[in-house]
Amino acid sequence: MAIRMTAVLAASCLFLAGLPAKAAEKPTDPQIAHIAYTAGVIDIEAAKQALRKSKNKEIKAFAKDMERDHEAVNKQALALVKKLKVTPEDNPTSKALTKAAKAERAKLSKLHGAAFDKAYIANEIAYHKQVNGALKDVLIPSAHNPQLKDLLETGIKIFQGHEEHAEHVQSELE
Amino acid sequence: MSSRNSNKAVLLRRGVAGLATLFALAAVALPAEAATVTVTIQKLVFSPATITAKVGDTIEWVNKDVIAHTATAKDSWDVMIPPKKSASLVLKKAGSIDYYCRFHPNMKGHITVSQ
Repeated sequence: MAIRMTAVLAASCLFLAGLPAKAAEKPTDPQIAHIAYTAGVIDIEAAKQALRKSKNKEIKAFAKDMERDHEAVNKQALALVKKLKVTPEDNPTSKALTKAAKAERAKLSKLHGAAFDKAYIANEIAYHKQVNGALKDVLIPSAHNPQLKDLLETGIKIFQGHEEHAEHVQSELE
Repeated sequence: MSSRNSNKAVLLRRGVAGLATLFALAAVALPAEAATVTVTIQKLVFSPATITAKVGDTIEWVNKDVIAHTATAKDSWDVMIPPKKSASLVLKKAGSIDYYCRFHPNMKGHITVSQ
């Protein structure tokens, strides 16, 4: 988790550091679309791993909720970029997110039973917090297209809901 | 003969009285017709967030989002509202009820149910 959080933080800092300097360093709409989509894909992958590994009813139910919600949101995001004729563009933030997620999955793959459940839900809380921070501070303020901005604003409410839901599941585990 | 007739008359009168009582009871037991209160869910918001209703009324949630939600009252009811669908619930008890979405606990609503 330390590795992943560092990478996510670094990714956020990448933009945050550039923000006051010049507007050109803000992510563009095609990049924002790519980051948001990638963030969803990462959580779907994490959910799939949890569904394969966990035996805990609460964890499995939570993972199913994550998979279902993020798939629905990403489907909507794809429909929007198609409508807007925007091609999502890969960028350092998306790359850093994907790299960190891969490391986290590798770490979680070595854990079993209650240790896995605990690590998975802790990471879900940390991950949603990070994404919410990036949405609020960087992605939403940088988005130009009103429909993209609108989708991100709904997205952050969903992510905040997931964060609270994850915290609830964590408290039930203890 | 005449006594039998008068007996019939008494029975008939009793019957009419009984029916009248029945209707009177029915009028008391069945209050004004039950209403349906609609709550729309859009962008993770219950709207209106606060509603009032009576026991026997139906609450209908209309989900305009692409994701599933629930309307859940702790230790009471749990209504699943699929994406782009509606779901409803008949209120059985009076009370002041806080409810939320189990999937997105940041979504909150309130119903005041009177008798």
